[in-house]
Amino acid sequence: MAIDNQTVKKVAFLSRLRVEDEKIESAKDEFNKILQWIDELNELNTDNVEPLISVNEQTLRLREDEITAGNNKDEILQNAPMEEFDYFAVPKVVE
Amino acid sequence: MSEYVIETAKGKWEVIVGLEIHCQIISKSKIFSGASTEFGDNPNENVSFVDAGMPGMLPTLNRWCVHQAVKTGLGLNAKINKYSEFSRKNYFYADLPSGYQITQFRYPIVGEGKIRIDLPDGSNKDIGIERMHIEQDAGKSIHDLSPTKSYIDLNRAGVGLMEIVTKPDFRAPEEAGAFLRKLRSILRYLETCDGNMDEGSMRCDVNVSVRPYGSNELRTRCEMKNVNSVKFVMQAIENEAKRHVEVYENGGDIIQETRQFDPTTGQTKVMRKKEFAHDYRYFPEPDLPPLVLDDAYIESIKQEMVELPDAKKTRFINELGLTAYDASVICENKEVADFFEKASAGHDAKKVANWLIGDFFAMLNKRKLSIKESPVSAENLGNLVELISKSVISGKIAKDVFEIMSETGDSPEKIVEEKGLRQVTDVSAIEAIVDKIIAENPDNVAAYKKGKTNLAGWFVGQTMKMSQGKANPAMVNELVKQKLDK
Amino acid sequence: MKDITKLTVAQALSGLKKKEFSATELTEAYIDNIEQNTKVNAFVTKSFEIAKQQASEADKRYASGNSLPLDGIPLGIKDLFCTKNIRTTACSKILGEFIPPYESTVTNNLLQDGAVFLGKLNMDEFAMGGSNETSCFGPVVNPWSKDKDLVPGGSSGGSAAAVSAHLCAASTGTDTGGSIREPAAFCGCTGIKPTYGRCSRYGIIAFASSLDQAGPIAQDVRDCAVLLKSMAGFDAKDSTSYDTPVPDYESFLEQDINGMVVGIPKEYRLDGMNKEIVAYWDKAAEILKSGGAKVKEISLPHTKYALAAYYVLAPAEASSNLARYDGIRFGNRKNGNSLDELYINTRTEGFGNEVKRRIMIGTYVLSAGYYDAYYLKAQKVRRLIHDDFMNAFKECDVILTPTSPITAFPIGDEKMLQNPINMYLNDVFTVSVNLAGLPALSLPIGLSAEGLPYGMQIIGKPFDEQTIFKAAYKLEQDTGFERI
Repeated sequence: MAIDNQTVKKVAFLSRLRVEDEKIESAKDEFNKILQWIDELNELNTDNVEPLISVNEQTLRLREDEITAGNNKDEILQNAPMEEFDYFAVPKVVE
Repeated sequence: MSEYVIETAKGKWEVIVGLEIHCQIISKSKIFSGASTEFGDNPNENVSFVDAGMPGMLPTLNRWCVHQAVKTGLGLNAKINKYSEFSRKNYFYADLPSGYQITQFRYPIVGEGKIRIDLPDGSNKDIGIERMHIEQDAGKSIHDLSPTKSYIDLNRAGVGLMEIVTKPDFRAPEEAGAFLRKLRSILRYLETCDGNMDEGSMRCDVNVSVRPYGSNELRTRCEMKNVNSVKFVMQAIENEAKRHVEVYENGGDIIQETRQFDPTTGQTKVMRKKEFAHDYRYFPEPDLPPLVLDDAYIESIKQEMVELPDAKKTRFINELGLTAYDASVICENKEVADFFEKASAGHDAKKVANWLIGDFFAMLNKRKLSIKESPVSAENLGNLVELISKSVISGKIAKDVFEIMSETGDSPEKIVEEKGLRQVTDVSAIEAIVDKIIAENPDNVAAYKKGKTNLAGWFVGQTMKMSQGKANPAMVNELVKQKLDK
Repeated sequence: MKDITKLTVAQALSGLKKKEFSATELTEAYIDNIEQNTKVNAFVTKSFEIAKQQASEADKRYASGNSLPLDGIPLGIKDLFCTKNIRTTACSKILGEFIPPYESTVTNNLLQDGAVFLGKLNMDEFAMGGSNETSCFGPVVNPWSKDKDLVPGGSSGGSAAAVSAHLCAASTGTDTGGSIREPAAFCGCTGIKPTYGRCSRYGIIAFASSLDQAGPIAQDVRDCAVLLKSMAGFDAKDSTSYDTPVPDYESFLEQDINGMVVGIPKEYRLDGMNKEIVAYWDKAAEILKSGGAKVKEISLPHTKYALAAYYVLAPAEASSNLARYDGIRFGNRKNGNSLDELYINTRTEGFGNEVKRRIMIGTYVLSAGYYDAYYLKAQKVRRLIHDDFMNAFKECDVILTPTSPITAFPIGDEKMLQNPINMYLNDVFTVSVNLAGLPALSLPIGLSAEGLPYGMQIIGKPFDEQTIFKAAYKLEQDTGFERI
C-alpha cells in the first residue's frame, strides 16, 4: 500500500507535526520504504489467529474507591509553560 | 400516541432520532485515579498526576465505577458483558491531558437493553439500548476569563462516565423527552448518576435524520453535541428535522456533520464538517488488561438492586389503587416515591397521593424547597389525611391545618387540638346554629319556600361560617334541608 | 588503594560492609570519574549533591549496623525514569526542564534499598533508536572505541557506556525492542530485560506500553541478579504489574546447570551471518554443554516477521503515548495563534526526526482504513511469535542466541543514516522477546577481530529469570571476558 503526498499531510496533521512542503516528497518516499518493508506481514495467513493484546494474560485488577491523590495543585502546575490563576493557559480556543 | 409527522405542501416526513447520553458516575474518586470527583471552587485542586497526563503515569480502574456501571446496565434491562476491554480514543484538545481518552470501543461492559417510556397520552413504548460503556471525562476549558487566552481546569478530567447509546428508535421529540426523564429517574433510583443536565452530570448528543413518511430508507444524520436540557433536546430535534426537510425539499442534500444547538435561538449550526472530522485511531489500551467479571459478581449486584420506577408504578396502581397518572408522577422521583410510601402507610393511599401531588407539591414549589427539606414530614401528611378520613376535621379545615403544618412543622393532631379545630359532629350544637340562622332570616326562609331552593346553600354557608368551619358539612346540609322543608 | 570504581556492586557491598571504604568515598570516586571522563557523554543531568547526601546517610546506616541491600551503591539512572525533583527529559527537547514531582516505582525501590543516584543517563530520544544518536544531548561515545568514535548501542546507550567506563557501579535501563541488551552487548556489559510485568512501569516515560520493561545494566551477571531483585516487584499503580514474589536471584547463580536444555533457534542463523558471531555462538553452546546442559536445535518459525510486527506495534503505541507532549502542562512550548498551531509548533520543534518518523508511522497504521491491515495484522503476528516461544519452551529451558548481528558501529555511520530500516535490522534478535513478553539477558562473550565486544543472549520462560541467571553465570565463568 503506497501512500501519496495528501496522506503524508493528513498523517502529519493528525500527529500535530509539520512537514514542510519541500520535504513532503522525501517524507513520502521514506514512509513508503518502511510500509513496503512492513507489508512483509501480509505473506502470513492470520485468518484464525486471535490478536495478542496483553502478553501476561492477566485480567484487570481493581482499585478501591478511595481518595489517595489530588490536593497538590502546586505540583500539578509547577512545570506548566504558562499558568494563570491556577489554570493552565493556552491561546484562545475558538470552536 | 399520535404520530409525529412533518407535513409540508410537498409531502410528509418522519423523523429518526438516536441519543448518546454521557452520565457522570457517582463515586468518591475518579475512574482511573485516586483524585476526588468533587468540583471545588479552586481550579486544578482535585487532580492527580495521572489525570494531568504526566509522563510515566498509569491508569488503575476504580472498582466502584465498575459496580455502578453493572448496576446501571441491569437497570437498563441490558446484557452485562463478562468480558470488556478499554481502548484509547486519540485526539488533541486542550482539556484532554493525555491526548487520548480511555474509553471502551469494541467490547463495552454493557450490551443491548431497553427502557420503557411513558408518553403523555398514557401509552408506552420500548426504546432499545445499543450499548453502554465506561470512560473518563475531559477537563474544562474556560474561555471567558481572558480576551486572548483560554484556561484549563482539570478537576473534571478523569471523572467516570457511562455513555449510553440508544438505538435510533425515537420518532418524535416527545419520545426523546420521555426517554431522558425515564433514564434520569432510573439513574437516580440506582444512585449511579445524579442526572442533573443543567450541571452537566448528564449530557446528551442527539442524532437526527428524516425520511419520507412510510419509507424505509436511511438518510444522512447530523449530530448535535452536548444539548443540556430535556426541553432543548426536544427543540433541537424539532428544528433540526425541519431543517432537513427544507433542504431536501429544495433539492439539496444533508451533509454528515456535527452541529451545535444554540439555546437562545433554538436553531442548530455547524460545528465541524466531515472533511475536518476526527480520526480517533482507537486501539486497545495497553496499560489496562481486559476487564473480566464473573456470574457471582453480577448476581451479587442484582441482589442489591432497588425497585425501579416501572415496577414501583405497577405496584402502586395494583396494590394501592392509584391512577396511572398519579403513580407515574410519584414514581418519577425516588425520594417522592419513598416519601409517599411512608406517608401512605396505614392510610388512604389515594387521598395521600392527591394531597401529595396537589397541596404538598404546591407548597414545596412556593417555598422553593426540595422534598428532603420539606417542613411537613411524611408521617404528618399521612396523619392529616387520616384526620379527614375519620371526620375529625373537614377537607377545608385540613387545608388550614396544612398551611400551619408547613409553617411550623407541627403535627396535625397538635394543631387541631391547640386551635380547637376539631369538627363539630354534635347534632344539637349544629341544630342550634341552624335554628338561630333560620330565626334571624325570615325573608330568605320565605323565599326558599316559594321555590328559591338554591338558597339552601346560603343557609349552609352561614352555618359553616358561624361554626368557624368546624361543623360537619354533611350534617349541616342535612339539617338545613330538614328544617327548611318542615 | 586500588581503584574502587572498578569493583562490581557485589564487591563494593562487601567492601562497604567490611568498612574498607565508605559510601561517601565510593560516591566521590565515581564523581571524580564522571568529571574527568566527559568524552563518553553519558550523564545528561548530574545529581552529585543529592548523591553525597544519600551516601552519607548510607554511611550512618553502615555505622549503626543497619545497612540496606544496596546501601551506598552509586548508580546511574536512564533519563526515562522519572526521578522526583531531578530533571527528567527522555533526552528530548520537548520535555525541556521537566522536574517530576514523583518518583518512578523502580527508582524508588532502589532508593528504599539504599542506592545512591549520581544522575541521569543519556539515551536515544524517548528510547527510540539503537545507537544513542537521537538524543537531544548528543551521542554517547562507546568506551570501547578505538580510532573512530563508536556508538554505545541504544536506546540505553548512556547506561551501558557509563557502566563500561566505570562512571557508576551499575545503571538502570529500559528495553522495548532490545534497548538494554543491545547497548550492553556493544559496551561489554551485562543487562537483563525481565519478564513483562516483573518491574513496574509506573513513572517510566512510556514508549510502547505493551513492550516496555525496566532492567539493570551492570558489569556482571551477579550484579544484574542483585539489582533486579531490588528493582522488581508487584506495584498496584501499574495494572500490568505481576503479583508474584521476587526470587532471590543471586542464590541461583552457582546452581548446577546439569540437565538444563538449551534451545538454539535455527531461524536465527541468518544467511551471510558474520563468522565471528557464529563461532562465539557455538562456543557459548559448548560451554553450557560442558556444564551438563543439553543443547538442542529448536524452531521459532515466525521469527522473520517479528521486526515488521514490532515496527507497527511500537510506533502505534508510541504515537498515542507521545500525544501528551503538547506544550500545555509541562515541557517546552512554542506558541502559535491557535491551539493547533501551538501543538504543531511545539511538537515539530520539540521532537527529533526519528521520534517524528515513528509518531507518523504509528498514526498511519492506526488510522481509519488501515487499522486492520497493519495494527490488527501485527497483533495477530505477535500472537504467532508468542506461541512459537511457548511451543519451543515445551522442549527447552532457555534459548541461546546472539544479542546483535553486529558490533558497535561508528557514530554517524552512512549506511545507518541513509535508511532507517538498516538501523531497525540491528534489533533482529531482540524484538521477538519483547513481543512475547519474555525475560532475556545479554552478556559479553568475547571480542571481534577489531577488539569490540559481542553479546550473547539467553532467553527464558516467563518469570523464570532465575534459570537465565544460572545459565548466564556458568557462561560468564567459563568465558573469561575481560572488561575495560
